[in-house]
Amino acid sequence: MPSSLRIVLAEDSVLLREGLIGLLTRFGHETVAAVGDADALKDAVTAHDPDIVVTDVRMPPGFQDEGLRAAVALRTERPALPVLVLSQYVQRTYAGELLDTGDGTGVGYLLKDRVGQIEEFIDALARVAAGGTVVDPEVVRQLLRRRRDPLQALTPREREVLALVAEGRSNAAIARHLVISEAAVGKHIGNILGKLDLPPAEDTHRRVLAVLAYLR
Amino acid sequence: MTVVVRNPWQALARSGFLRGVWPWRSAGYLASSVLTGLPALVALVVLAGFSLVLVGLPLLVLGGVSLAVVERRRLGMADAEPAPSPHRTPAEPGLAAWLRLRLAEQATWREFAYGLLHALVLWPLDLLAVGVAIGLPLGMAAAPLQLALDGHEARVVKTVLVTGYPQAFAAAAAGAVLLAVLLYPLAALAGARAQLTRLLLAPREGELRDRLTEVTRSRARLVAAFEAERRRIERDLHDGAQQRLVALTMTLGLARLDAPAGPQADRLEAAHGEAGRVLTELRELIHGIHPQVLSDYGLGAALADAADRSPVPVEADLRLPRLDRSVETAAYFAVNEALANAAKHSGADRIRLDGRYEDGLLFIEVRDDGRGGAAAAKGTGLTGLADRLAVLDGTLTITSPTGGPTSLRVEIPCRALCG
Repeated sequence: MPSSLRIVLAEDSVLLREGLIGLLTRFGHETVAAVGDADALKDAVTAHDPDIVVTDVRMPPGFQDEGLRAAVALRTERPALPVLVLSQYVQRTYAGELLDTGDGTGVGYLLKDRVGQIEEFIDALARVAAGGTVVDPEVVRQLLRRRRDPLQALTPREREVLALVAEGRSNAAIARHLVISEAAVGKHIGNILGKLDLPPAEDTHRRVLAVLAYLR
Repeated sequence: MTVVVRNPWQALARSGFLRGVWPWRSAGYLASSVLTGLPALVALVVLAGFSLVLVGLPLLVLGGVSLAVVERRRLGMADAEPAPSPHRTPAEPGLAAWLRLRLAEQATWREFAYGLLHALVLWPLDLLAVGVAIGLPLGMAAAPLQLALDGHEARVVKTVLVTGYPQAFAAAAAGAVLLAVLLYPLAALAGARAQLTRLLLAPREGELRDRLTEVTRSRARLVAAFEAERRRIERDLHDGAQQRLVALTMTLGLARLDAPAGPQADRLEAAHGEAGRVLTELRELIHGIHPQVLSDYGLGAALADAADRSPVPVEADLRLPRLDRSVETAAYFAVNEALANAAKHSGADRIRLDGRYEDGLLFIEVRDDGRGGAAAAKGTGLTGLADRLAVLDGTLTITSPTGGPTSLRVEIPCRALCG
């Protein structure tokens, strides 16, 4: 992972755009293009080939979900392009659509509020750029509250672990967070994958599939 | 079962006609014709003196319309069925607008025709009929009185000469019988007269339908305006306050990073936390005003998200296409209210949410396993929802026996925009 990322930023509010550029610069990242609408975003990605795209959901001209649509389109064209979507809404519909692109790695769906948690935000950005999957804890919390059959089979501890997996944390980070051993985390994850009917395979993305299982 | 008698014709068809009020209502209706007919005739003659085209026409129209107002009220004497005004309300205030609308309405010209007919033909006929049917028998019945006053002889109804009391009482008896007999045709005539009035002055079916359509449309416009306003407020908050707050938390977050440890940093931390909480509250508020997912992904997705948010677990089975925006909004808020009510009042452990669209009908059911006892009449929220659905010709059905379960059904006829 390059420590300095080349970023294309799409955000229609000038205030936020300038703020984000300043924030990213402070952490040594370079905003190679900052645009205000979805079409310009696609052009900027073609022109600059960035390490990661950070985009808002609601943008001109329609002020609907243009930013998300653009992100999905970009990911469909270039599945390896990391995209971090900043949303004003806790909604699995948006998160689900984004995670359905590519193989679900190198994507992030964060609430815009999270930008204020500077270090968490910068950390999430780095994880997405490195091919991780980051789903906003708020969205995950909402999903975990739903009564769904595969979920019912999980113990409270396993749900906790899955929530942290969905936030894009490594086993080591989860172990630190829950104050348990890394081996215990591995065991929990194994159980989760079993209960969610994700059989062991030479597939490195089973963790992502586990998260996706909730989002669909 | 008592059948309510509404007019003289119906009264005639039933026994005990003479004992009822209808003979006298009929007579009163016909006799009072003179009260409006004579002034109408006078007005007509006076107005004929003016130039009909320049000054007279508006006045004639005005006269016809105001005569019709009185005549519709007078109709109540012989016809218990209400006769509403066939006129529409002008879209804008002012005499000119009123006049334009009235001149364009067919009803105005029917009223004008009625005015002419009433002033020139009907009221004399009405009076004549009352005179013959009531005046003649009463004149005969008065024969003994006439004889007593005169002492020697009396001319019954100014024609037949009677000289003795036996003859006079025979005439009186004949008068009484004649009155009883003549009241029947009199009532029949009053009935016919009332029918004619109704035909010319009451709204036609088409006019009633037009007015109803107009009312329905204006109600739909109001709801649409209300929805547009909601979306505008949501967008203003989203593009304004929310963005600024995000920028503020960002600035505060950066300041925290740079601040050396100490009371300053603590205060920054507190401010940062507070700004974050305000942002969360604002997000919830904006979502409550109008959820963006409803506009972007439609009712199915929005309801699935609403189910996610419910504190009571919701089992959702939704198969819905994109529908008209007003339908989606109304249905969304109805279900949202139902979910909130179930969570607040029902004590339910689980909620079942089903949504289908079939054969031009949107059907959504929210069913909980709570204790029941919800009623549309009691909850103002539910009544408001029923009203909003009614604008779209939709219905809200609530079954909630005490002890549960509660089921709330929303049905709206509509067209799917796409699969």
